[in-house]
Amino acid sequence: MYKYASWGGRLFDGANVFFLTVCSFLFLYPVWFVVVSSLSDAHAIAAGEVSLWPVGINLEAYRFVFADSMIWDAYLNTFFYVGVGTAINLVMTTLGAYPLSRSQLYGRGAVMAFIVFTMFFSGGLIPSYLNVRELGLFDTRWALLLPGAISAFNLIVMRTFFQSIPEGLVESAKIDGANDFRVLWSIVLPLSKPVLAVMTLFYAVGHWNSWFSAMIFLQDRALFPLQLILREILIQSSAQNLASGIAQDELSKVSEAIKYATIVVATVPILVIYPFLQKYFVNGVMIGALKE
Amino acid sequence: MAPSMGAAGAARRPDRRRKYGILLRRMAANKYLYLMLLPVVVYFLLFEYKPMYGALIAFKNFNPYQGVWESPWVGFKHFLHFFESHYFVRLLRNTLLLSVYSLIVIFPASIAFALLLNELRLKRLKSVVQTLSYLPHFISLIVIAGMIVDFTQPDGIINRVLLAVGFISEPISFLILPEWFRTIYIGSGLWQSVGWNSIIFLAALAGINPSLYEAAVIDGANRWKQLVHVTLPGIVPTILILLILNIGSLMNVGWDKIILLYNAATYETADVISTFVYRRGIINADYSFSAAVGLFNSAINFALLLLANRISRKTTENSLW
Repeated sequence: MYKYASWGGRLFDGANVFFLTVCSFLFLYPVWFVVVSSLSDAHAIAAGEVSLWPVGINLEAYRFVFADSMIWDAYLNTFFYVGVGTAINLVMTTLGAYPLSRSQLYGRGAVMAFIVFTMFFSGGLIPSYLNVRELGLFDTRWALLLPGAISAFNLIVMRTFFQSIPEGLVESAKIDGANDFRVLWSIVLPLSKPVLAVMTLFYAVGHWNSWFSAMIFLQDRALFPLQLILREILIQSSAQNLASGIAQDELSKVSEAIKYATIVVATVPILVIYPFLQKYFVNGVMIGALKE
Repeated sequence: MAPSMGAAGAARRPDRRRKYGILLRRMAANKYLYLMLLPVVVYFLLFEYKPMYGALIAFKNFNPYQGVWESPWVGFKHFLHFFESHYFVRLLRNTLLLSVYSLIVIFPASIAFALLLNELRLKRLKSVVQTLSYLPHFISLIVIAGMIVDFTQPDGIINRVLLAVGFISEPISFLILPEWFRTIYIGSGLWQSVGWNSIIFLAALAGINPSLYEAAVIDGANRWKQLVHVTLPGIVPTILILLILNIGSLMNVGWDKIILLYNAATYETADVISTFVYRRGIINADYSFSAAVGLFNSAINFALLLLANRISRKTTENSLW
């Protein structure tokens, strides 16, 4: 692309490589620090000896985390919310995106406007909260599954993809006697694997990381997702330490290592898969944002 | 169309009826499509539009036993009460400052990051940098907040580094000092989102026609000139659309991160309208008042979006609609 290699250009290239390498280090380091600390001896962490590599390898923290039944139950709950929630998301989003991608659908402009409007205006937190209570979903798993069943943004991404499927394919299937459900299931969806992958990932990561609705809608601890338990371990305990100004005693030193181990356990599944799925994510963002 | 043209007046009515007939037949032919759409429309009515109706409680003294419609009207009482309270100025200032600062720091940084990445000719390094830059986006907010809490403690890694390089002489308790909140919020936001935000600009950069660069090189443009005359004009539409969207959500600061990080000691700089709505509405069950505050927030947001869109359409022909 650039054939013009001046002295200044080369200097810029060098500086750019250096700068971006430093950036990469900064993106990675906090996460790396957590991993290294989780593997280190609690005293070494407290003394500030841990920086680049684990010091005095100690897996005690992990043993504690894995022995904790509360964390395991929450883990299972999170798997449930991710699995069932994502399935609901996918079905609902497809049911919206497919009809709206068909040009012969009368009134689709109006339905699109009806959906897109919700991206820019909402009743707000309190009316939505009261709505969930009125519907009798309070303190049930449904409170985490039904609100947010469709993201308008994702629906647009999916619709855009469906629109790119040649009309002729759909028409010929119809001539062969297939109804729209059949066309969707046997023709459109098999051709839409990339966008289905993107949607699955967007929704699944959303469920995995979500905590706010669980915090406001759930009281029964047996239903808590992992993030809510993490919040208790990571933020509330430390906030209390901060607020009352208690000096870190021996116990809280050990609890530091436990915190890091909990972070690792809760984050590893996503961190392990994301580099492989990165290309799909990137495509999803691009389809969603550049078109429509 | 052609046959109906001649039979103007007399044939109008049958013609219209025929059009409805065609329309109905077309709709009947697509009945399954409408059937598919049904649960989707029900979802939006039930979980998006019903709360909009429920926002009426902002103008009422909501009583859960009476429901939205039966509760007595009080007009703008809750709004006035909010505007007159001493929270109003503080909340508005914090909301706007946190989001405007984020906008003027993170938005240009994302563009700059994309531009620098785009100039990188080592493909392998480029993909490594990109992958690492997305990493923070996938970490849950709870974990990020947990890391912030941990790193900013008096004996945390940030204080240790600052002490080691002699920047400070005593550890700072960042999270209980109001003057540090904005820095922490925006600094961590930069780390979280620069990489992810840059995706869209990279996509726009990839879409620029390479022959434009060739032409520029033939005309003797160096890399700086190529940037100014080819690259930047190429991504201006994307920049403007995202800017409109950002301005349209100016009042929606990342309040969930604030809820995780703030405490009574830092309300002065950290408390924003949304966090206030959460505390007053959900924790104190002061429904009508906090619904009014929330509605005020949504309305300003929506107005800002319309305004930004209009200005952009008038001045640059780029707009959301």
